[in-house]
Amino acid sequence: MNVCCYFQVHQPFRINKNYTVFDVGKHDKYFDDKLNKEVMDKVAKKCYLPTNKLLLKLIKQHGIRFAYSITGTALEQFPKEVLQSFQKLADTGNVEFLSETYHHSLAFLYDRQEFDHQVGLHAKAIKKHFKQQPTILRNTELIYNNEVAAHAQRLGFKGVLAEGADHVLDWRSPNYVYQSPKGMPLLLKNYKLSDDIAFRFSNKSWKEHPLTVEKYGDWMSQAQGDVVNLFMDYETFGEHQWEDTGIFAFLEQLPKALQDKGMSFISPTEALKQKPKATVDMPKFVSWADVERDLSAWTGNKLQDSALKQLYALKDNLSGKALEDWRKLTTSDHFYYMCTKWFNDGDVHKYFNPYDSPYEGYIAFMNVLQDLSQKQKKEEWITV
Amino acid sequence: MNILMLGWEFPPYKTGGLGTACYGLTKGMSKEGVDITFVVPFDPGKGEFVKLKGMTSSKVKCVPSLLAPYQTTSAYDICKSMAGAKEVYGQNLFAEVDRYSQLAAGYADDSYDLIHAHDWMTYQAGILAKEQTGKPLIVHIHATEYDRTGGNPNPEIAQREAAGMHAADWVIANSQRLKDEVIKHYAIDPAKIEVVHWGIDTDEKPAHQPAGWTEPTVLFLGRMTIQKGPEYFVQAASKVLEQDPDVRFVMVGSGDKLPEIINLAAELGIADKIMFTGALTGEDVNKAFSMADLFVMPSVSEPFGLVALEAMHNGTPAIISNQSGVAEVMHHCMKTDFWDVDRMANLILSSLQHNVVLDEIKTNGKQEIKRFGLQEPAKKVINVYKKVLS
Repeated sequence: MNVCCYFQVHQPFRINKNYTVFDVGKHDKYFDDKLNKEVMDKVAKKCYLPTNKLLLKLIKQHGIRFAYSITGTALEQFPKEVLQSFQKLADTGNVEFLSETYHHSLAFLYDRQEFDHQVGLHAKAIKKHFKQQPTILRNTELIYNNEVAAHAQRLGFKGVLAEGADHVLDWRSPNYVYQSPKGMPLLLKNYKLSDDIAFRFSNKSWKEHPLTVEKYGDWMSQAQGDVVNLFMDYETFGEHQWEDTGIFAFLEQLPKALQDKGMSFISPTEALKQKPKATVDMPKFVSWADVERDLSAWTGNKLQDSALKQLYALKDNLSGKALEDWRKLTTSDHFYYMCTKWFNDGDVHKYFNPYDSPYEGYIAFMNVLQDLSQKQKKEEWITV
Repeated sequence: MNILMLGWEFPPYKTGGLGTACYGLTKGMSKEGVDITFVVPFDPGKGEFVKLKGMTSSKVKCVPSLLAPYQTTSAYDICKSMAGAKEVYGQNLFAEVDRYSQLAAGYADDSYDLIHAHDWMTYQAGILAKEQTGKPLIVHIHATEYDRTGGNPNPEIAQREAAGMHAADWVIANSQRLKDEVIKHYAIDPAKIEVVHWGIDTDEKPAHQPAGWTEPTVLFLGRMTIQKGPEYFVQAASKVLEQDPDVRFVMVGSGDKLPEIINLAAELGIADKIMFTGALTGEDVNKAFSMADLFVMPSVSEPFGLVALEAMHNGTPAIISNQSGVAEVMHHCMKTDFWDVDRMANLILSSLQHNVVLDEIKTNGKQEIKRFGLQEPAKKVINVYKKVLS
């Protein structure tokens, strides 16, 4: 048994929540630069920098391998120091960079051509900064179905990552390489073991708290299969789970504890050297979000559907800065903020959410869209 | 449990949320099997109260008095002059409160387990009743004098508010915000203050009364007093109308600020776009909600804000001020600071323009309002009783 870790690194360009109807037609400062910088600086200090430093040390000590998926919108916002620390990790040769849409968007669901374009933009950025060509795809928030696999095949990818949801796997273990009906190799997230770290680690009412590397290593070694896929947000380290929870100490001890039990940290490409064990048929979309593991975190309520529909209807005829801004609006976070599903309980949807309510999130988004649509008209007029 | 409750107003005579809240609490607790004797000041010139439907275990005792909730010293003077030369009533507001307190406390005897008094005018009666019977006193604070006056309290009223809460064995506050206020202004021990957020009677059917015009309609509904912030509504209306002259505004309520508000609308040149209806009661309130596309509660300092729940119950999406207790618990609405007129205008204009936001609030509000019934607060109050009695 081996361990395959992938960490998601993403920050959106949050919209200026005070972009009002009175700003429409007046200016196009759509994004809250100050807030975005504040969040980036905070996450850099609490998570990116200390975790990168620790992982570099672990690569040197134990030769561990793992993968990142870093979005283009995060890359653009990295302070120099953060970018360099990721580059240092890339230079070791032990870190794999996965492919995704540059803007962490839902383009696969709404505009396939745009999806291809954003995947291309992302590959270019990864090549530029990390000198790697990504060969394995993970779609935004692990949104996946058979079609995603088929499309990835057409684009020449060698594998796809997806959620190992119970309703798909049923009795089967997520700890094997699987394949799509058309033969695309798949790595499926072991959500139980991933969430033990990402969500439950500091939960004192969890019966396994506190989680030790010995206990965790036992669970791993007792699991059936070839590879445990631990997929999680990178912010788990230091941000979702604060330093004082002991998360860094846990991470530091994990490689040795697992090596003692004969397990290694391998990259997704290495994991895919195993032949697929079986075919999984996933006609319906599955994601890693919320308990539903479907698309309902980003689509399905009236706000989200109206915003998405009007956004994707707007793309043609935009160019230059307007088109760049439009792409920043495709980032899935904007629609996540409009989710009313879990609003009663408040919870993860509130994480770095700049709005007081989904309604205000929608209103700011629509005002920005209104301004963009006026630009579109102006440009049309010019070209005529 | 047998409770002597010193309260306010019963339908149909109510001027605000306090009456609705007292009625709701009595109804909710009666369902939980609590016996309540409800003592209210009552102007005999008015007529009969509605029957307490389904509240067989509760009784209402009326004390003839000119007191009315939210009354100011000058309002009492006017009321007294209108009542004619009846010598029985107190010379001024405080004398009348003292007179009332003696009479109301007269109902207290050993058959009651505890005494529960609502807002400052009944606190002295509560204190007297406690002294006479030795039973525990719970005082319920619905609003402080600071809330009602925009931070310029009548010192006598503030003093009486403080005395009631200090004498009480337990204090119930309508919101965390109100709890914080009484700690700040009156130095009440936080350990004896319980927060109980209000609910409304969701058995009452919402009205269906479409407006007699097609233009989008925005509603203000509340007393025209400094506490409710009507001037911010008018200022926001003015900004909305600059962008979209088709929006209509309706202002329901009366109060000492009404002339000033009408003047402000005229000065801003929007008097023809704002309808003033005066105070409405009962079914007419529901009709006003059902005519409106959007309700705005711009309160400057609102300890709770039951009217926001009434809007939700009637399917009218709301913009509520962050300076309200209800904002602590109500999610499916939009929120703003009362003074942020630009933001208020933006939320009005944007939500009328992209009206799926109103649909979505309505849909989710139908679910959320179920959490704000009468039983939840009643149970919490009963828990306070149990705590005090044990």
